[in-house]
Amino acid sequence: MKIDAGLFEYNDRKVTSEIRSCGGGYGGWHHANVYTCTCITVSCGARMTEIKEVSVLIGGRAGDGINSAGALVAQLLNHLGYRIYLYFDYPSLIRGGHNFAIIRGSEHEVGTCREKLDFILALNQETVDRHRDPGHAGTAVIFNADLARSDGQGISLQDILTSEKAPGIMGNSAIIGGFAKAAGIEWETVETVFRRHVPKGIDLNLKVARRAYDQLAVARRIEPCSNPPLPLLNGNEAIGLGLVRGGLEAYVSYPMTPSSSLLHFLAGEKEKLGITVVHPENEIAVILMALGFAYGGKRAAVGTSGGGFCLMTEGLSLAGMAEIPLVLVVSQRTGPSTGLPTYTGQSELQFVLHAGQGEYPRLVVAPGDAQEALLWSAIAMDIAWKYQVPAFILPDKTLSEGTYSVDAAGTSLPSTQAPPAWDGKPPYLRYADSPSGVSPLAFPGAKDAVVKVNSYAHDASGYTTEEAEMVTLMADKRLRKQEGLITGLNGYHQVNVLGLAEAPVAILCWGSTKGVCSEAGTTLGLRVVQPVVLAPFPVTRLKEALAGTTTIICVEENATAQLAALAQQHGIIPDAKVLRYDGRPFTYESLCARLKEVVP
Amino acid sequence: MTGRALITDVQNTWCPGCGNFTIQHTLKKILAEMETAGRSLDDVVLVSGIGCHAKIADYLNINTFYSLHGRTIPVATGIKLANPDLTVICCCGDGDCYAEGLDHLVFAAKRNVDITVIVHNNRVYGLTTGQYTPTSPLGFRGKSTPSGTAEFPINPVELMLASGATYIARGYTKKMDQLKVLLQGGIAHWGFSFIDVLQICATFFPAADYYTPRVYEPADHDPASFDRACALAREWDYNSDARIPLGVLYTAAFPGFGERMATKAVTAGEREEAVRQLLASRI
Repeated sequence: MKIDAGLFEYNDRKVTSEIRSCGGGYGGWHHANVYTCTCITVSCGARMTEIKEVSVLIGGRAGDGINSAGALVAQLLNHLGYRIYLYFDYPSLIRGGHNFAIIRGSEHEVGTCREKLDFILALNQETVDRHRDPGHAGTAVIFNADLARSDGQGISLQDILTSEKAPGIMGNSAIIGGFAKAAGIEWETVETVFRRHVPKGIDLNLKVARRAYDQLAVARRIEPCSNPPLPLLNGNEAIGLGLVRGGLEAYVSYPMTPSSSLLHFLAGEKEKLGITVVHPENEIAVILMALGFAYGGKRAAVGTSGGGFCLMTEGLSLAGMAEIPLVLVVSQRTGPSTGLPTYTGQSELQFVLHAGQGEYPRLVVAPGDAQEALLWSAIAMDIAWKYQVPAFILPDKTLSEGTYSVDAAGTSLPSTQAPPAWDGKPPYLRYADSPSGVSPLAFPGAKDAVVKVNSYAHDASGYTTEEAEMVTLMADKRLRKQEGLITGLNGYHQVNVLGLAEAPVAILCWGSTKGVCSEAGTTLGLRVVQPVVLAPFPVTRLKEALAGTTTIICVEENATAQLAALAQQHGIIPDAKVLRYDGRPFTYESLCARLKEVVP
Repeated sequence: MTGRALITDVQNTWCPGCGNFTIQHTLKKILAEMETAGRSLDDVVLVSGIGCHAKIADYLNINTFYSLHGRTIPVATGIKLANPDLTVICCCGDGDCYAEGLDHLVFAAKRNVDITVIVHNNRVYGLTTGQYTPTSPLGFRGKSTPSGTAEFPINPVELMLASGATYIARGYTKKMDQLKVLLQGGIAHWGFSFIDVLQICATFFPAADYYTPRVYEPADHDPASFDRACALAREWDYNSDARIPLGVLYTAAFPGFGERMATKAVTAGEREEAVRQLLASRI
């Protein structure tokens, strides 16, 4: 790799962080290979310099189709061999507010955004005003000349649309066509991506894109990487496919951002996947209906956000008492209460850990990206049925609505084990005691089985009891399932160690901050420890991952450091906390700056 | 399981004279007849809420889901969608179904989901020892309203007509033969069946002396007539002194929720292929 000082002047970036960022920061990246990665070439006029990644922002009004335009930009980069992370930022309204998507491509896996932008695609003036950093001369701006003024290259969308007699929404195709040219992307790639991903009016969209493509000049060439393109999924889609791979048969949900896109995705694909999708009257009905499905023998999941989950807690406790398997997807947003509906947060960890009256085992997993979401959603379904417990998947807005490259081939299916089935010899005892605490399952309709489940304290048959000895016996039986659950989880990779694995200073993080922490940790020379499983708390694995550390810095997107409190309960004492709770995810730059304040 | 004892050994704790005995006995007879007619009781599920009525889950020797206060109907809906071959019956109370879980009742009627909802409407909370319910008359003196309620009762029959239920009946626990016909009709009806059963609470609302002289069966009623059903539903508003019509007040045939929601099953191989294709389409 040649390092051209001009690049760094040009990009206004620090040499060290730029080089290290080449690692992308995910597991497996170490100092040793940071300096050997192949970089992409950006052409800027006569100067040829090298960088290793690209960040593109596209912005406009709500209703301009920014999310789908961003997805097309992501696919262009995907087809150039880049690994993708797309962040979509939008206010909670239908029309008129400012929407933007940041698409980051890197030769290596990415899970966070950078603040420095290589391209801005501005459908309106607000995009230029908000995002054009005058101190960063390297940004190439492509703008709608009808509505905006900026440096860079303007396109009159109206002229193009009029010439092609195309509807207004196709203006996005012109901006994308212009971007493709400015980035030196071959027209064939544009055509391939449009034909694969534009849902209708492909030929007309291509004509519109081509006019803009022909009008503009190359500003910064993005050279292809050698990677094959990968499927791009948002976190919710990955969760949905993971649940399906875990045997999902029914998904029940009431719309609530940022979980709704999971409902939309599964509803849209239900025929192909052979699943039932129900949107009932409220979240109370959601969880009770799902429990009805599970009692009837169908693997069910529910999805919501914090407010909707508040309504589900009585049903959760019923699942615990009646030992009915259930997967709950709780996608976090900024709280309390209605909070910031379309912004992120990690403030439901302690809520989910403790929700529902009474005591019963539960699984809580917080995947860090779409790939982990695909894997752990299948595992969560498997575990829910194996141990007849509620299993939580705890993403947040960043993960649920962020788009990632997913290597499905690298996600091996968990060994799905059917829960113990009844031997068919009556009488059937739904709550038959056993050393593991897990009772054989039968479903109504099974010959000679009388299947009685009960929210009251009950005996082995499922009949209500208030008898002290039986109440204790059944409480012990339920809680004994926790032991099997812990043992079973030992077969999985529950805690990730990223960044510099041997470093004495560790970041302790969870969920969607995996990407940004790993990247910042790599840059700053920190170990990054990310438990994916949060209940039962993998204390042994976590202590192993933290062995040899002198300082633990908890990084969380909440105001009270909820993972820190959980770790502390288990004897792991964080030394410092870096918290953000304004609804926005940490960016690489913002996290690095905050970490530098506390790293000893 | 054929020839099973339909009543369990669990000790019955309803008060002497409780109308719940009538409902349980009626259901027992219906179940026995179903079995005689060749229907396996393995395919019958009873869902109960919480309240005096709900103890029926412990007393009947069939599949039961003893759920939460007000939540019978979403559970029953999930069970029916999971396995359409099952006969799903909800036993709920009036506090259960008209207060805590009213939204579920309205939506189940709106969907025309093929379940049968039997409301043990004793117009008082019994298990919590005597508070007013949504169908208690104005001025009802309960433990939470010692000076009398300040609100009118709702008329659940009228509400069900407005909500889209396709089998609406009212029964009375002192009219057991008729009750059996009404419940049987509801179970046989394809779609959402609702039977409001005026049930005597011997301890907190012993209203037999009020009901018995007022109940009647309308002659020549055509239950297919929505307008006539509305008129009958409004004849007694659960508050004013009036004659109380019993019987099947309304029936209609509409497509049900289950058949509209049904998704064709796919094999594990087809599903994995669908996932593979979905992933491929995202490249």
